Amino acid sequence: MTAFFQWLAGLPPLAQIPVILVAFGVVVALILFFVEFAPRAGRGYTIMRLVVAIAVPAIIVLVLGVYNDAVWLVPVAAVLGAGLFLLDLRARGGKGSMLQLIAFMAPAVLLLAIGLLYPLIKTVISAFFSNDGSKFVGIANFSYVLAPANQGLIALGNQIIWVIITPIIATAIGLAYAVFVDKSRGEKVLKVFVFMPVAISFVGASIIFKFFYDYQQGTQIGLLNQIVVWFGGQPVNWLQTSPLNIALLIVILIWTQTGFAMVLLSAAIKGIPEEQNEAAELDGANAWARFRNVTVPGIRPTIIVVWITIAIVSLKVYDIIAATTQGQNNTSVISFQMVRLFENLPPQTGTSSAEAVLLFILILPFLIYNANNIRKQRLGL
Amino acid sequence: MIATDIDPRSARRVEKATLRAETAAFNDSKKRLSSKGATIAAVVIAVIWTIPTFGLFVTSFRQPADINTSGWWTFFTHPDLTISNYTNTLNFNDTLTVGQSFVNSLVIVIPATLIPISLALLAAYAFAWVEFRGKNILFVGVFSLQVVPIQVALVPLLLLFSNGVTIGHWAVFPGLNLSGTDGSFARIWIAHTIFALPLAIFLLHNFIAALPVDIMEAAKIDGASHGQIFFRIVLPLARPAIASFAILQFLWVWNDLLVATIFAGNNPPITKLLVDLAGTYGQQWYLLSAGTFLAIIAPLIVFFSLQRYFVRGLLAGATKG
Repeated sequence: MTAFFQWLAGLPPLAQIPVILVAFGVVVALILFFVEFAPRAGRGYTIMRLVVAIAVPAIIVLVLGVYNDAVWLVPVAAVLGAGLFLLDLRARGGKGSMLQLIAFMAPAVLLLAIGLLYPLIKTVISAFFSNDGSKFVGIANFSYVLAPANQGLIALGNQIIWVIITPIIATAIGLAYAVFVDKSRGEKVLKVFVFMPVAISFVGASIIFKFFYDYQQGTQIGLLNQIVVWFGGQPVNWLQTSPLNIALLIVILIWTQTGFAMVLLSAAIKGIPEEQNEAAELDGANAWARFRNVTVPGIRPTIIVVWITIAIVSLKVYDIIAATTQGQNNTSVISFQMVRLFENLPPQTGTSSAEAVLLFILILPFLIYNANNIRKQRLGL
Repeated sequence: MIATDIDPRSARRVEKATLRAETAAFNDSKKRLSSKGATIAAVVIAVIWTIPTFGLFVTSFRQPADINTSGWWTFFTHPDLTISNYTNTLNFNDTLTVGQSFVNSLVIVIPATLIPISLALLAAYAFAWVEFRGKNILFVGVFSLQVVPIQVALVPLLLLFSNGVTIGHWAVFPGLNLSGTDGSFARIWIAHTIFALPLAIFLLHNFIAALPVDIMEAAKIDGASHGQIFFRIVLPLARPAIASFAILQFLWVWNDLLVATIFAGNNPPITKLLVDLAGTYGQQWYLLSAGTFLAIIAPLIVFFSLQRYFVRGLLAGATKG
């Protein structure tokens, strides 16, 4: 595999696209080919299954490129495959059904295990070890990153401000906008203006706003300072003024997330039966009362989903800090600190992992809430 | 005579209809009054939302000398436009040119969109239509991984790519050994693929599981295998869901900075290069404005041409990052 990727890296960039897609296509075609023939009865197909069950694990191990001293893994993989074949003969869904299922699931599940689950565990472990991974240091990494000298508490505090303020304001403006434009003339066009920032990268949004906040001596070229000047004030170096700069950075995230909230909430509002509004109207409820007693209860589940989604996005925010202040003037957040520590030379794996674990702990409540919800749905509770 | 001809029920119906028409007319006038204020408020918000983008957009077409000496709003009175900012920016050489980083973005985004979709389709089909033990637990697990911050996975994954895995002193997986290879995108393709899978499986599963049971049963009775059902029924019917996720994933990969920072190495996509430029040339607004619009042109084209699918993807549940 390494050899293939090294050869691929030598090609011009654009030529790499078709090559990797064809290579990947061949792998998927082989999987589907096997899926198609696996459940068929007959001696020939049984032999084919046996060969595949033994050969594929062995080939995967070889393709990953084991060193000489780990070649014993190849027969181990082959034996495991053979065991799987025997299990499959007695599978409940009939011969071949289990192998078929594995063919469908294995690529995705293996990648997730290697690329998300294993790293998650590894990160939690390295958070308790020294930066070179040689010795156990207990919670020293956490006390290091949270020490005042390392901006840790500021980053943690900022992160909490981000996660509280962003979802509230973005959801509120999104909801207000969705209600304002609902059934109005030009609804679709009006929606596009607020929705468009959703497609713009955080980097793009950050630069757009950096220009908006720009500060110069003399003539201002940033609109915000020019407005201050028009009203007779003194221009301010916004992004270097703590703690105002945090609010101004949060505005960038709100600007990109409001459109997302608006689209989801607007769809939910359209799902409320018209009769409910009419009934409330006949009872003499005014627009505000209808909004509070009909609209909001009708879309409460969507409001929660939107709120949680934006909260998670605000916890993970990295791009905005990286593209604007680089964490200076007390604006750092945990995910930015994490990358900064890792990019030190040599990489501070231990402390950087501690930051990642902090972030994970902050997200954990949302994860548990979401997982519970989906479990209830799946079990039909 | 006339009185008996009129059915009492239809009379009531007429009465109701008139009442409804009257209240409707009344509502209309009331609605129009209240919605006028609402529409004005909406227009104000829309203008506020657009001004920052518009300002930088105008700036990207102004003369470099003008940009730093006068506000972009003066262009209304002194229009003096040029496209040279764009040509200069495309050829601007930092570690590589902005044009090259644009190509890098393309090379990263196309495989990193198509590969996770294919793998997720296979898994989503199995989750939806193949019965097996432990399915619910596995599904909840995959769903939960969606929310796990990719920050926790970045460093170990990078070490996995460069150092591999050793158990004791056996090298079980020696790593990709690409550190000396400048032109490789392998690491960033694999990273994006992995990080996309939880959401992709979840979205596609929700759609595929909602396909009518009758069709599946009928196909099974006709003797269709899983492979045939997957190809002939699921793939064609799931096309809208595939399109929705493809757009989400395209935007996500194109706009990503974090994964690119860690995995891109010497082939930064345009987002990474822009951040570097913003750090080094913070006041060169001719460069940053044109660069920003070069970077957001692709997402905006996708957004405007495929908005319907994009909205559908968002509605199907997006908690990614």
